[in-house]
Amino acid sequence: MAADSDALQARFDRLIDADERIEPRDWMPDEYRKTLVRQIAQHAHSEIIGMQPEGNWLTRAPSLRRKAILTAKVQDEAGHGLYLYGAAETLGTPREELLDRLHTGRQKYSSIFNYPTLTWADVGAIGWLVDGAAIMNQVPLCRCSFGPYARAMIRICKEESFHQRQGFQIMLTLAKGTPEQKTLAQDALDRWWWPSIMMFGPPDAESVHGDQNMRWGIKRFGNDELRQKFIDATVPQADLLGLVIPDPDMYLDEESGHYVHGTIDWDHFWDVVKGDGPCNRERLATRVGAHDDGTWVREAATAYADKQAQRAAEAAA
Amino acid sequence: MSSKADWPLWEVFVRAKRGVSHVHAGTVHAPDAELALQNARDLFTRRSEGISLWVVKSNDITASDPDDRDALFDPADDKTFRHPTDFELPDEVANM
Ligand SMILES: [Fe+2]
Ligand SMILES: [Fe+2]
Repeated sequence: MAADSDALQARFDRLIDADERIEPRDWMPDEYRKTLVRQIAQHAHSEIIGMQPEGNWLTRAPSLRRKAILTAKVQDEAGHGLYLYGAAETLGTPREELLDRLHTGRQKYSSIFNYPTLTWADVGAIGWLVDGAAIMNQVPLCRCSFGPYARAMIRICKEESFHQRQGFQIMLTLAKGTPEQKTLAQDALDRWWWPSIMMFGPPDAESVHGDQNMRWGIKRFGNDELRQKFIDATVPQADLLGLVIPDPDMYLDEESGHYVHGTIDWDHFWDVVKGDGPCNRERLATRVGAHDDGTWVREAATAYADKQAQRAAEAAA
Repeated sequence: MSSKADWPLWEVFVRAKRGVSHVHAGTVHAPDAELALQNARDLFTRRSEGISLWVVKSNDITASDPDDRDALFDPADDKTFRHPTDFELPDEVANM
């Protein structure tokens, strides 16, 4: 027995060391499975909760074209959630259980979606910054050691770049518009900047699961490294917009070529994670409400399918 | 509110264009085949990724057991003569 499980573990380690993919029916350590179910599910929850802040502006988009674009983006986010729930299910946890973990607050989603979208400029800032940060986080996941997760991420990353570009274009339009429009753009950047750079998670020194996830090929880069990459990419984009990053302490370190950011308010981050962000309760209530409101549709579709199957059986008898 | 079990799971296969096979894309939940196709269309072909879809209930797939991997696939490893590269021929025999 012990020899068996040693051999299985050795084979798993060999695959990981060779940077091969683990597939759903392969043997894997329980902790690996648990870690992945949690990470993929929380990623899926983030995608579907992430529909809400932008959904808030669907009926008030400034033109039919912007409305069509935003609808397509929000629809993509729903799709991302579904790809990811599908990947998590291959590990043996049913969809309903995954949703239940979200609805009962047992699992989290990204804290970034607990902030309100106060103006149309927020839709631009979200695409530019939030989707931009998400891309930085997600691209390395395309090489995640678990096959179904990696494949879902490849699909997702292909769709994300449109999200960021449409957001940046909204910012560009506002920043080059009237003084009022430019003020809106700057205000959105002011509110979304810090939460966006917090999306990469706490500093690596304080992060709990980092080392093991690196070893397992679930994580490829540290939080700080990805955050730095995002900041270095984004500051010149803000310059191009003529907008100011709301970090008076930030400076370009000539030697390393990196922008050094000021102090991040991690106490605020943890408050939002723990449930005290501006919109936590509203987001979850909206999600649970949508699920409950859909109950009759799911039941009716099931009853219809059952009836059709029964009729087909009777006709065949 | 979770009295009803999940809708069954369906595997989705997409043919990207004429001349290529259907390729596995992922899964959807749906109460029946018709809605599975509809859901697959919404989920996997929003950007002209396909011209044809197959859906099949995940439970209807019979898969080889990973534990049988060696018994099933190893015997092929020592029959390298099944590959053309196994045969060294003089350079004069070009393009064979
Ligand atoms: Fe997404
Ligand atoms: Fe996105």
